[in-house]
Order: sequence, then structure tokens, then C-alpha cells
Amino acid sequence: MKLEREAVLHIARLARVYLTDEEVETYAAQLGDIIGHFDVLNRIDTEGVEPTAHTLPLRNVMGDDIARPSLPREEVLAMAPNTEDGYLRVRAVLE
Amino acid sequence: MVDLHWLTIAQAVERLRKREISSRELTQAFLDRIASVDPAVRAFITVTADQALAQADAADRRLAAGETGALLGVPVAIKDVMSTKGVPTSCGSKMLERFVPPYNATVVQRLLDAGAVMLGKTNMDEFAMGSSTENSAFFPTHNPWALDRVPGGSSGGSAAAVAAGEAVYALGSDTGGSIRQPAALCGVVGIKPTYGRVSRFGLVAFASSLDQIGPFTRTVGDAAVVLNAICGHDALDATAAPVEVPDFTADLEKGVSGLRIGVPKEYMPDVLDAGVRARVEDALSALEAQGATIKRDLALPSTEAALAVYYIIAPSEASANLARYDGVKYGFSYQQGATMWENMEKTRGYGFGPEVKRRIMIGTYALSSGYYDAYYLKAQKVRTVIRREFDAAFEKCDVIVAPVTPTPAFKIGEKTGDPYQMYLNDVFTLPVNIAGLPGISVPAGFVDELPVGLQVIGKAFDESTVLRVARAYESTANWHSRRPSL
Repeated sequence: MKLEREAVLHIARLARVYLTDEEVETYAAQLGDIIGHFDVLNRIDTEGVEPTAHTLPLRNVMGDDIARPSLPREEVLAMAPNTEDGYLRVRAVLE
Repeated sequence: MVDLHWLTIAQAVERLRKREISSRELTQAFLDRIASVDPAVRAFITVTADQALAQADAADRRLAAGETGALLGVPVAIKDVMSTKGVPTSCGSKMLERFVPPYNATVVQRLLDAGAVMLGKTNMDEFAMGSSTENSAFFPTHNPWALDRVPGGSSGGSAAAVAAGEAVYALGSDTGGSIRQPAALCGVVGIKPTYGRVSRFGLVAFASSLDQIGPFTRTVGDAAVVLNAICGHDALDATAAPVEVPDFTADLEKGVSGLRIGVPKEYMPDVLDAGVRARVEDALSALEAQGATIKRDLALPSTEAALAVYYIIAPSEASANLARYDGVKYGFSYQQGATMWENMEKTRGYGFGPEVKRRIMIGTYALSSGYYDAYYLKAQKVRTVIRREFDAAFEKCDVIVAPVTPTPAFKIGEKTGDPYQMYLNDVFTLPVNIAGLPGISVPAGFVDELPVGLQVIGKAFDESTVLRVARAYESTANWHSRRPSL
């Protein structure tokens, strides 16, 4: 099974990943092949079975609301490509 | 006399304690070894020579003051997926090529507090996605036993470093086999602890419900020593379970007399490589001769679906975790686009390699409207079924023994064209992550002069029995005394 070109472009858009035309072709074949192997799941009866998101019996942990020092702002922003006045600078989201 | 670079942790600590060697001498021996063999093996992305020697001097001062420690002054290599303050942490990706973390991962901090000497950061499949270390954005790592073959992955650099005598021990991470599989293919010990045993704070996230950190060592005893140092609850990771940590070295020499060892038939399929099968059967005979009972009436029938479960759940979690790489906060950033969206999409399109994009796409697809129930939710339900089958199996046995990989190491380039064939490498290891169990790979001899591993899988939080069985086998086999000729 090969995915439609439009389906690949739709997933890439959802994931916000730019793909070249060549990559779209490659992924259409490879993703189709991989997803085809997922059909084996239908052989397992899961009627009435609860999903597992996590293998630990996790409970919410309540913490006291105490202010603690965080990393220095300039150290964190030093990794960013664009900053201004101590903030991250990005292009306009709405044009 | 043994070359310093082949010492185990236990041997190194003994010689440091007796002041026969200094940590500086030991560290320099490893830096020399790296300089001599790493151009061929390529286990390291970054070697931190100056910092290592400074850490060695600090360890020597602690030793001179009479301090002792199970890891004090012993050189270690760290997979480049764990944050190291001031030292680049690339994750094998162009996306993080110039990323220098402002903090240490909890495991790194614990090792440094224990007086470890960090030699550098090891190569890996990009964002830990792969089984051969060929998905590194920088270069492939070569198997020290046969340089034209892969070391396994994704922690291939850490496994190769220990196998080649470039570190006494190393840390890796295992999401579907990424510690056990390279340990098997490189002929060293590698253990994935129970999910929740080790803090993931500072481990760059791939699949958060599956990822777990663990050590590569030359011996089972050394693995227990490293686990003692890195396990335990951490306030910075809510999934680091508040469960008591035993002394993992305590039961090592207790033997296997009276233990029940399960061998599920699904892990010894007809298609299994004959050489690998023979090594596993030999190991079972050795354990039986020591008094263990081998039980073959176990069934894990949903094993056939584990690969699909894994390749839905892990990419789904990855697609969410990797959403953070947007070119705004840190990492590679494409800035020449006409709009914010073009910049973000090209940051991700150019910054991620082919396998990472493939998995983000699979995960996004499995989570997308119209497919969520059929794929993601179904996979989570089958995950429950797989866990229950393990629970039922452990009613009948104390540990499960299986192969680690279907074959020994394959040639570099042999499987890169077919992602699904590459994924099949992990069929015996990823069910263990799905169920959150501990699993070890211990050297089980050679097939065509290439190392293979024996996998021992235990109940949740029962690493002690896993280590005990692995040690019992190791003590009869002694494969760990063989070394590659580099």
C-alpha cells in the first residue's frame, strides 16, 4: 500500500515539517509499507480492555507553592537565534 | 599486566584505592586509547579531554584524603542524549549540533558527585531513533569486532566505546532495545532498568512512556555498581518512582539454584538465526546445570503485535516531544522564509534527518483525526494485553531468557534502504519496554566471530534477580575476557 501524495502532504502540514518533492515520494511508499504492517493489531481481541498509557501506577504529586531560583535568563536566551530586550523574538504570527 | 584501558570498574577502583595508579594516569590512558582507536571506531562525537583531566585531578585529591567510592576516579562515556552542563549535547542531530545545555541531567550529576571522570559524549542514532547508529547526522560508528559492521543502536557509540577499551563504562538510553541490542552486537553488558528506576530529567525525550537510562559495562558486577549510583527517585522527574533502591551487588553471587527460567516459544521462532539459537540453548544448558529449572510451557502470544504497538506508540510520543524544535528557543533555525510558518517548517525539514522525519510523520498520522482510534488507542489496548501476558508468565517463572537480536551485527549500509527490515532488529527487545520491565544483555559468545547476547528479562523492579541470573551465566562462560583486535 502506498499513501496518496495528498495524504503525505497533509501529515507533513500537521507536523509542520517541510518536505521536498523527492521526500514526499519516498515517504508515500515507506509510510504506506510501515502502516500496512499495523494491521496485525486487528488480530488481537481488545474487547473491554483498558488502554495503557504508562506502566507505572502514577498519582498526582502535590507540591508546596515555593518560589525557587530558575536558570539565569541570559544563559537560557544565549541559545536562542533571535532575542530582544530579554525576550525571544519571532516573526509575526498573523500577517 | 593488563593494559589500563581494559580494566573493569571493580579492578580500577581497587588499584586507585591502593594508590597503584592515579585517576589522572587512568584517564590519560583512556584519552591515549581514544586517540589511537577512535579514528577507526568513531564512538565519540565530543571528547572532553581537558575537563576529564581536571575531574581526574579532583578525584585524586578526594582519594588522597582517604575517600573511597565505587566510581570515584573512574572514566565514563555518556551518550550524547543526556544533558551535560557546558558540554555540547547534539542528540546526533543537526538540530542540536550547537546546543550547549545550561544544566546536567540527573544521572550525569549523580555520576559527577560520585567522582566519575567524563571522557566525552558518544555517537547515536539521531534522537535515539535507530538500531545501527547509521542515523547519526554526523558519521556512523563502527563495530570494534568488525569495522565494516554496525555496532547496533541507538546507543552504538556507548557500546562501541566500552567494547573498544575507550571507556571503563558508559551510559546509554533504551526505548525499544537501544541499550541491549548494541550491547549484544558489541559483546558487552548492557541493562535497561525497570521504567521508573532511573530519573529521565535531562534525558532528551524520545518516547516518554518507554525511555529509560542504563549502563554499558564489561561485567555484570560493574553494571550493578553503576545502577547503585544512578537509580532512585528524583524530585525533578515525576515518573522516577519513589521505590526503594536495593544494593544491586548484594545477590550477584547467589547462583540460580531453585530459580525458574521461562523460555517463551515466541522468542525462539523457526526463523531465528541458527547460530544465535545455539548460543541461547548453550546458555540455558549452563544455567540448568547450575540448578535452574527451565520452563518452556510459557506463551506470550501477542508478541507478534509488539512491533506494531511499538511503532505506533513510540512515534506518537515522539511527534509530540519533538514539537519543541521550532527554531525559536534553541537549536537549528531557518530564518530566510517569507513567513513564520515557512521558517518553522523549514527549520524542521532541514534540521531533522530522514528517520526522525519518518517517525514524526508516522506518529502524527496515528494521532490524527480519523485514525486515532484505529491506531493509537488500539495500540494502547494491545499494550495492556502484552503486559498481562508478561504478568501471567511471571506467575510461572522468575525470569525470562531470550535472544537479544535475531542475528549478529549486520554490515554498514545493509539495511538502510528498508526501514521496516531495520525495525525487525528489535522484535525481542521492544516488548520489554512496552511492559516497562528490566532487561539485560550479557555476552553469550560468538557467531561467525561476531558477538551475540543473551537477554534476561525480569519482573518490574526486580533487577536484582536479573543481575543474579546474568552473573551466574557470565561466571561459567567468561566471554567478557575476549577482546577485539583493534
